[in-house]
Amino acid sequence: MSLSAKQKATVKDFFGKMSTRSDDIGAEALSRLVAVYPQTKSYFAHWKSASPGSAPVRKHGITIMGGVYDAVGKIDDLKAGLLSLSELHAFMLRVDPVNFKLLAHCMLVCMSMVFPEEFTPQVHVAVDKFLAQLALALCEKYR
Amino acid sequence: MVEWTDSERAIINSIFSTLDYEEIGRKSLCRCLIVYPWTQRYFGAFGNLYNAETIMANPLIAAHGTKILHGLDRALKNMDDIKNTYAELSLLHSDKLHVDPDNFRLLADCLTVVIAAKMGTGFTVETQVAWQKFLSVVVSALGRQYH
Repeated sequence: MSLSAKQKATVKDFFGKMSTRSDDIGAEALSRLVAVYPQTKSYFAHWKSASPGSAPVRKHGITIMGGVYDAVGKIDDLKAGLLSLSELHAFMLRVDPVNFKLLAHCMLVCMSMVFPEEFTPQVHVAVDKFLAQLALALCEKYR
Repeated sequence: MVEWTDSERAIINSIFSTLDYEEIGRKSLCRCLIVYPWTQRYFGAFGNLYNAETIMANPLIAAHGTKILHGLDRALKNMDDIKNTYAELSLLHSDKLHVDPDNFRLLADCLTVVIAAKMGTGFTVETQVAWQKFLSVVVSALGRQYH
């Protein structure tokens, strides 16, 4: 399910529109992940707090969204572009890939909340596909 | 049996009390057919689903979206026994409609996105938790009678 040229353009365009709110959306998305899917907190046991809205969660959400934006710039070859991030996730973080889908869903919800008019079904499918491709690229080195 | 806090019941009731079934039902089903195009396999008799624009303009789809959303009313009225409330509907989807139960989850996700767009900042973390819990119970109940 790779992205068409039009969908790549749609993704770049929407992320461009989103850039002023990207920190908020990243922070909110991770907060919602740990709230709606509490099992995801298992990855953050080493933090002082992994509760929704807490400082470490918000900060990390912003970091993750930064990574997503970086991936938008590498949309034409995500596997190559995300090689070192993939190694990080495979050998150090070892996040179960199912969680990428859960976080993607939370990101889509936040995008929809903040940009109800712009997050049309056509934008939704393009972004969903992009996030899925991103997750695949992150899993590249898993096994 | 699923346990609901007073807060969760209040949140779910509040969402439904102001819900525009026509608008949200139509938007959710359309979004599902567009974002997950393989779900169109169940709508062969619904006319033109050629692209996003025709899907969103299709009156049969709009009507069906409304119908599906009203189906959630049963869960709302029987929150303490959603499992049995949907036993018959589950059999219908399994034996007559032959719908892959994974589709219930896909539609639920689209419904969540549409509700989030409608409620904006009102779709708080607490609201999303309660809403997704409600939908996951419904989805589970609808898949339960498959054999």
